[in-house]
Amino acid sequence: MIYEFINMNGYGLYVWSSFIFTLVCFISLYTVIKLQLVKEQKKFKTKYFDLTKDVSETVRKQETYKEILAFTNISKI
Amino acid sequence: MQPFIKLSKMSFKAQKYIFILFIIVFSIGVIEALVLSPEDYKQSDSVRIMYVHVPSAWTSVGIFSLIAILSLGNLVFKNKYFLLIAKSLAPSGLVFNIIALVTGSIWGRPTWGTWWAWDARITSMLILCIFYILYILSWRILENKTSVNKVTSLISILGLINLPIIKFSVEWWNTLHQPASITLSGSSIHSSMLVPLFIMTAAFVLFSILIFLMKYNTELIKIKNKGLDRI
Repeated sequence: MIYEFINMNGYGLYVWSSFIFTLVCFISLYTVIKLQLVKEQKKFKTKYFDLTKDVSETVRKQETYKEILAFTNISKI
Repeated sequence: MQPFIKLSKMSFKAQKYIFILFIIVFSIGVIEALVLSPEDYKQSDSVRIMYVHVPSAWTSVGIFSLIAILSLGNLVFKNKYFLLIAKSLAPSGLVFNIIALVTGSIWGRPTWGTWWAWDARITSMLILCIFYILYILSWRILENKTSVNKVTSLISILGLINLPIIKFSVEWWNTLHQPASITLSGSSIHSSMLVPLFIMTAAFVLFSILIFLMKYNTELIKIKNKGLDRI
């Protein structure tokens, strides 16, 4: 029964390779995008915590920088 | 530290839920596609390739339509977020396009006896893939903000012309590719095959939303990083 399921009436190679290729593409895309996101988050954390308390407080009061200092939130979409 | 933790938790909550939902829907879809759905009387088990080929083609075309509409919206309303959203949609669109081309080629071998044919539908999908590549490359290569806006908008609007060609190619020309089985007036596919097809389509759409959210977040953080450099 397992052999029949894998063999798929002789079309197993085509069916399985299609599904595996799709899965590999999904995993690769997810990994690449996730790595990019983590990289940018790390950069942001480093830059944000490098700001002195005074500078951070001053720029927070300025409208232009408020958005920059606000942490990413998907509600902005 | 406290607000950062709170806000980043909020930001990733939606992604987490979509990811979980995608895993559930995709798992159900795969079981339906590979185990529960019947084999075709003519194509036998090779018909199961349809469950990855068709949803990826639909999603890829749908995403490019969105990109083109957003680019048009940017030209009309001059809203930078439209372009940012379009840019974030492109990677998943390209990957779905590649999946559609490759799985189509794999399906073509047992069905038509060839991996590739310069058929109208297949060629127009390949052209869409080129448009996707050009769109993504122009974001990477061009540095001037004005020119990148113009070039990417031009590519997506030109690519928009290709979309009706993809859709109607099977009717306009005599092609190897079969005509549409699902139209607005109905479907020639039996419900036992239609259900897994729609479940897989839902899974693919969820995956593209997940990738879009992650990419969009990345782009926003990039902008903030540039802003922090100016402080």
